[in-house]
Amino acid sequence: MSRNPIAAAASESSEVVRFDDVSMRYGRGPDVLRDVTFGLAPGSFHFLTGTSGAGKSSLLKLIYLAAQPSKGLIHLFGQDIAHAPLRLRPQLRRRIGVVFQDLLLLEHLTAFDNAALPLRIAGGRPDDYRGDVAELLAWVGLGGRMHAFPPTLAGGEKQRLAIARAVVNRPQILLADEPTSNVDHDMALRIYRLFVELNRLGATILIATHDQDLVARSGRPSLHLEGGRLSARAPQGPVTA
Amino acid sequence: MSELFDVARWRPAPFLPERETRDGALVFVVAVLCFLACVTGLTVIAADRAASGWSRQLSAEATVIVRPRGGETPDSAAARAAETLAGVAGVGEARALEPNQAYDLVRPWLGDVADVEDLPVPRLVAVSLDPRRPATAPAMQAALKAQGVDAIVDDHSLWLRDIRRAASLARGLAAVVFLLIAGAAGAVVAFATRAGLAAQRQVVEVLHLTGAEDRFIASLFQAQFARVAAIAGLIGALGAALTGTILRLLGGSRGLTPALPVAWADLLALLPCPLLAAGVAAVAARVTARALIRGME
Repeated sequence: MSRNPIAAAASESSEVVRFDDVSMRYGRGPDVLRDVTFGLAPGSFHFLTGTSGAGKSSLLKLIYLAAQPSKGLIHLFGQDIAHAPLRLRPQLRRRIGVVFQDLLLLEHLTAFDNAALPLRIAGGRPDDYRGDVAELLAWVGLGGRMHAFPPTLAGGEKQRLAIARAVVNRPQILLADEPTSNVDHDMALRIYRLFVELNRLGATILIATHDQDLVARSGRPSLHLEGGRLSARAPQGPVTA
Repeated sequence: MSELFDVARWRPAPFLPERETRDGALVFVVAVLCFLACVTGLTVIAADRAASGWSRQLSAEATVIVRPRGGETPDSAAARAAETLAGVAGVGEARALEPNQAYDLVRPWLGDVADVEDLPVPRLVAVSLDPRRPATAPAMQAALKAQGVDAIVDDHSLWLRDIRRAASLARGLAAVVFLLIAGAAGAVVAFATRAGLAAQRQVVEVLHLTGAEDRFIASLFQAQFARVAAIAGLIGALGAALTGTILRLLGGSRGLTPALPVAWADLLALLPCPLLAAGVAAVAARVTARALIRGME
């Protein structure tokens, strides 16, 4: 039987995400991330904080393989991504759920089809996932809007739809870039509880946010970026430097 | 039926938007290219048929020019030549032409002449050859020489060579035109694929980041453009078929000119056009899309 290199590498590592002296820049511009070193243990829950332009979105992009580091090593599920074959990247991405800052909903698909997208791409059959997706959409408050197209949804509805799409296939890592920026306080708490629930089920969570109040009330550890450097983090939690 | 069980609403939508604003222009360009390819094909088929017909006619006949020797009348020399040739293996029939028939052949150059007998028109013998094993010009020449007949045998080989060369040149040119049209269609589709990827960049990005493999995303564009090209190919082929039909109806089996005889069966050659167009578009779209998607890594 052939050995799955991703699974094998992950089993040999204690961290699902590992950055070692990672720097990143766009084109020939200045470094937006500088010598970032950290690791995320499986099942951990962290916030990623920092002012606008601190590099939060860039750091998330490196994790979900939408950008390349200019320096340093990144290990994902124990796999050195710089040396991982390109053909393995789709498999790695399927294990990561992302709530993009600009949501990236597909306007020609209904809310249901948007939410079901990761399952369809992974080869799921509509008959198999229809019930789960409908249930999830109902849970995020979009039960009555399943056949609506994104342009007809309100800002908060779009955000909840993006979250549903990110979590629908029970990813091992969930990355969220300002997931509660367009929702009211109650919905923000509800979304946070969804993340906590997923975390309980074993997912590693990393949420980039400006919401210091949410971070403080959650009691969860945070990574703090300032000028592209990982300058501070909460003392508690399983983060390793 | 309740909303929840409306099957159409639950059917998964295509990953790529079905209607593209560029589709109309793309269909038009590919349809025009397919039309040109089909008309080229029809022209070559007709020209090839004309060349084959002429070749068959010419190779089945020979003409012998008889020069009477001293003391022999032109008529008796021609009759002796015909009699000699009729006995050569591979000759079906040899017939001495009447002076008037020989004169008819040169009338276009000489005009009407009052006294045909005064003209030094050579006597001709028309020879029909056995189509299975035709007699060769040297064999007929040797037989005539053996009987003491002064004659020149023309088996039309010079014309045959020219006709065959012209037919093969037409086929070669058509192949080049086909390749050029296929290349142009491929380039148009590649350009459209680039434009499509640019227009659908967000869709591609989301599919990519959600774990879709490059070949899967490329296959979406491949299917989309193959479908568009198949429709365009059908339109182009129908246009060419209409043109062929008009030529056939206006000119009968000879078309508008004997050089391009059109047959109804020729229209069957247009059937593969939509498939070929779809194939060229599929390859062009796949190669382009894969290269562009690979660049996103």
